[in-house]
Amino acid sequence: MPQTEAEIPGRVPDPIQGTKLRVQHLGMTYDRDGQAMPVLEDINLDVGDGEFICLVGPSGCGKSTLLNAMAGFLSPTSGSVAIDAETVKGPDPRRILVFQERGVFPWLTVEGNIGFGLSKLPRAERERRIAHYVKTVRLEGFENTYPSDLSGGMKQRLQVARALAVNPDILFLDEPFGALDSITRVIMRGELLRIWQTERRTILFVTHDIDEAVQLADRVVVLSSRPARIQQILTIDIAHPRNISSPRYLELRDELLKQIGLAYEI
Amino acid sequence: MKLFERLRPALFIAVLLAIWEIGIDLHPGQILPGPISVAGGMIDLLRHGILLKYVVASLFRVTWGFSLAAILAIPSGLALGWYRRGEMALNPIMQIFRPISPLAWIPIAILWFGVGDFAAIFLIFVGCFFPLLLTAMNAVHNIPAVYIDAGRNFGLSPGEFVARILYPAVIPQLLVGLRITLGIAWLVVVAAEMISVNSGLGFLIVDARNAGNRYDLVVAGMVMIGVIGLLLDLLMRSLEQVKSFRWSSTEV
Repeated sequence: MPQTEAEIPGRVPDPIQGTKLRVQHLGMTYDRDGQAMPVLEDINLDVGDGEFICLVGPSGCGKSTLLNAMAGFLSPTSGSVAIDAETVKGPDPRRILVFQERGVFPWLTVEGNIGFGLSKLPRAERERRIAHYVKTVRLEGFENTYPSDLSGGMKQRLQVARALAVNPDILFLDEPFGALDSITRVIMRGELLRIWQTERRTILFVTHDIDEAVQLADRVVVLSSRPARIQQILTIDIAHPRNISSPRYLELRDELLKQIGLAYEI
Repeated sequence: MKLFERLRPALFIAVLLAIWEIGIDLHPGQILPGPISVAGGMIDLLRHGILLKYVVASLFRVTWGFSLAAILAIPSGLALGWYRRGEMALNPIMQIFRPISPLAWIPIAILWFGVGDFAAIFLIFVGCFFPLLLTAMNAVHNIPAVYIDAGRNFGLSPGEFVARILYPAVIPQLLVGLRITLGIAWLVVVAAEMISVNSGLGFLIVDARNAGNRYDLVVAGMVMIGVIGLLLDLLMRSLEQVKSFRWSSTEV
């Protein structure tokens, strides 16, 4: 049934309320067989509080490296990452990284995974949060199921729930839907948007899928091929829910394809 | 049909036993006993209380040697697997000790501990220690990096990290290693008992031969070793079936 955009409560990207995360002159060089291999060069980026950012770029360009540096898993060779004006020195439960695959702990049930970061909370509060996030990611009825009995999409939802349960300011997602089939992927995008709209976190999302970026992001950061620099930052000025056949959507998608250097026809 | 499939292994064993018995009956004067006289020997041993005593003696030595090896080798192996520098320093020594059969240690075991339980336990310990050490080291190497990163992300203390990531992540591989090593322990105890003690199933076998060529007792001892080895293996396999242990890194 066709619906006009006005009938559905939409969310226009809020004006950026203060900088949450600031990347300044970030450079990253790997040492490969004694040879210096520059991966990232002079990356500068300001991310607003509550903003949804997608990082796209050619495969192997260093998107994940940038995400890992922002999340504190890698220390930059030069430059810095600051969150709330505090330099990032390592991983921290206030910002959780969601992995593409195998991120959930297979030895814990759904409840055990969601409660993983909550061991310091009183029991009642822990159980309340687990129940809340089981519901948020729609895994009711699977509380005592082990990940080996969940589908790929359910595992990724579980990973998102485990991340959200510790109440982080920022979620870093590293191609979280990259290993899922295309139908599940579309459903997962809708779920993530719904969660983002209700939970209000800052999200940095790495993807190699142009449509995914245009459907999800407030702004899309396009990285060049290696050594990666920021080639362009594209603001997606379409309210949610987005009509993926609207002229503006197609225009923005074409612009992104062009930025990555892909032709319009196969 | 289902019943027949279940009975098939038992039927197969029965057929083999029958062939064995018939073969022995057709060639009288053989020293090798048939299954009926082996069963008689087994009943003899049971009646004299020797069988139970010897089984307990063998299991006692295996339990001590295997447990001591596990208690020492697993934590050391996990630590070495985690701190690669320690592993690199110790690796050459381990690689030299590893191929030495536990049986080659028999003279040294007797030299150090004399004839008795300690020597046998030491031999089992030596036979189990290096396989378990290597299993634990490899188990740490095989932990998928995402589990380690996820653990770091949730701000675990080193103690919590060991208890909540490292330990559960290595359990499936450790259980497989423990099962294989318990099999080794059961092999070693028989050999150790043949030389360094005067009780146990290994001793039963040499003693039955030396003290009057009682080959029915020799084979009865062998059968007991097989049956108990199978039971030990089943016990360890049942541990592997525990749900929170059962995951493997290929599964998820």
